[in-house]
Amino acid sequence: MATPLLELRGISKSFGPVTALDRVDLDIGAAEAIGLIGDNGAGKSTLVKILSGLYPPTAGTMRFDGREVRFGSPSDARNAGIEMIYQDLALCGDLDVAANVFLGRERRRRYGPFTFLDRPGMEKAARQVMRELGTDLEPGRIVGALSGGQRQLVAVARALQFEPRLMLLDEPTAALSTEKIRVLMGLIEQLKARGVSILMISHRFTDILHVCDRVVVVRQGQIAGEVAPHAQAPDKTMALMHALMTGDTLGAVA
Amino acid sequence: MTLPADATTREAGSTAPGGFRRFIVERSRDSSLGLLAILLLLAVILSFVSPYFLTATNLLNIGRGIAIVGIVAVGETIVIIAGGFDLSVGSTMAAAGMAAAWLIGLGIPLPVAFAAAIAIGIAVGLANGAIISYGRINPLIATLATLAIVRGLSYVISGGRELVVSDPAFQAFGVGSVAGIPYIVILLVATFALFAWLMPRTRFGRYAYAIGSSAKAAQRAGVPVKQWRIAYYVTSGALAALAGLVFVARTGNAQPSAALGIELDVITAVILGGTSLSGGRGRIWGTFVGLLLLGVVNNGLILAGVPAFWQQVVKGVILLLAVLYDEIRRNRAEEA
Ligand SMILES: Nc1ncnc2c1ncn2[C@@H]1O[C@H](COP(=O)(O)OP(=O)(O)OP(=O)(O)O)[C@@H](O)[C@H]1O
Ligand SMILES: [Mg+2]
Repeated sequence: MATPLLELRGISKSFGPVTALDRVDLDIGAAEAIGLIGDNGAGKSTLVKILSGLYPPTAGTMRFDGREVRFGSPSDARNAGIEMIYQDLALCGDLDVAANVFLGRERRRRYGPFTFLDRPGMEKAARQVMRELGTDLEPGRIVGALSGGQRQLVAVARALQFEPRLMLLDEPTAALSTEKIRVLMGLIEQLKARGVSILMISHRFTDILHVCDRVVVVRQGQIAGEVAPHAQAPDKTMALMHALMTGDTLGAVA
Repeated sequence: MTLPADATTREAGSTAPGGFRRFIVERSRDSSLGLLAILLLLAVILSFVSPYFLTATNLLNIGRGIAIVGIVAVGETIVIIAGGFDLSVGSTMAAAGMAAAWLIGLGIPLPVAFAAAIAIGIAVGLANGAIISYGRINPLIATLATLAIVRGLSYVISGGRELVVSDPAFQAFGVGSVAGIPYIVILLVATFALFAWLMPRTRFGRYAYAIGSSAKAAQRAGVPVKQWRIAYYVTSGALAALAGLVFVARTGNAQPSAALGIELDVITAVILGGTSLSGGRGRIWGTFVGLLLLGVVNNGLILAGVPAFWQQVVKGVILLLAVLYDEIRRNRAEEA
């Protein structure tokens, strides 16, 4: 079997006395889509934040593309090709859509020793990526005045713009309408087809089952188990996921 | 709601369809327009109260009067947009002015003395920025401390004495003019124009809005927030030092007590100009309008023969009103 894109071994994370993650092992293959589910506070967000370079793990190793990596900041992870859409979106409400899409990676033009923002270029690119997302949200709109769904689109556009190898999504559908969820799911399929790996947290089992090749269940900071979504009848899959989440495996194993 | 129009405005009609309409919409949201109306109204009233108000001499007096506060206010605007605060500007002015006066007195060439003064401003800014970024200290407290430290050092080093500057070239810079317009007014407008131009066009400006809007989001987006914060305090320090030089050039002497309490005027102009105390929003030209309003009110009080002590009271009231207005605007924006 080819080496996975990402290999996690023994990843743990404590916040003072709280153990959010406890010796997590996880592999993600190239172009593989993994769903991450679990109860509130199980440690899902913490895991993807470690992958995105926001937190260093307390223990454990990460290998990306066969090489051991240590991310000191989100920029390190992004430079490696990992994009993240945060649960709280992490947008600047006072900036416009285009500025948020390119925040931290502005396109610039050089004039002698000076560089200036390429505002028309970024505006055009932002308009383009919005079109790909099936919306005509104006790049000049101030993000603070947008609806929750529109903000989510901006966050998605931010990540899409930079052609990631691995896309991390924390509850990407939470604020989207059914129609926009369909657009987003279509995009994730597209990304997969382009060879991008996906790690998606969601409380909506239907989203997970729709796009994910494997579903990983986190319980109290540990990997409780894995479910292959299409290996059994849908209701059986649901029952398995539920059993792993709650720890009540007795009924499901049978 | 006020928006960082500086960060989003493009030249009218320069962007695809709807560009012009957006231009108009952005203008109408712009609170400095309302302020401009107040300013004009005040000017009309004052020109009736005193026929002297609208004379060229008086208008240039206003210009000279606001030049020093204005140069400092440009830096303060940027710091506040970035979610910070700089109380140490008056002390920096005094220290930079003292240093320049002392060096000029030793016969050091003017450019070197100027550079040394600016270097002092940069050093204070570096200290402020580093303490706030790496020490994670509230900017109000941090710059209140440097205010005291820098002012204190100016007294210690000078022994409390003032220094007289008699260099003719330096004085010409303070009192001279070209085509009737004082050099320092030209410097004032040039400083505003430069930074108003830079803010929407550079990462320097964009990150100030981003960090003031959400330092967390900027950090996650990979913006080196700490370094940029330091850059904004350094800008404020350098501009304060420049204003300190102007102060010495105008008055012909440098005192350790110079510009005491100037932060009141500076911050009033900034907040009056529509920059939000909570960061993320504000405009350089807004501060200019706030500054003009402050200058005209000051001038009007003098023309109307109001005693100097009352002027201080009026300024305090204006600051309060500006902050109240900012608060109301912010609440309205959050409800929207
Ligand atoms: N920055 C932090 N400081 C302290 N404790 C934290 C921090 N972040 C997370 N935790 C704790 O770690 C545990 C896991 O949190 P995490 O956010 O990863 O859960 P989650 O699975 O994403 O939950 P949800 O479904 O509610 O988003 C929780 O007990 C949480 O309180
Ligand atoms: Mg979470």
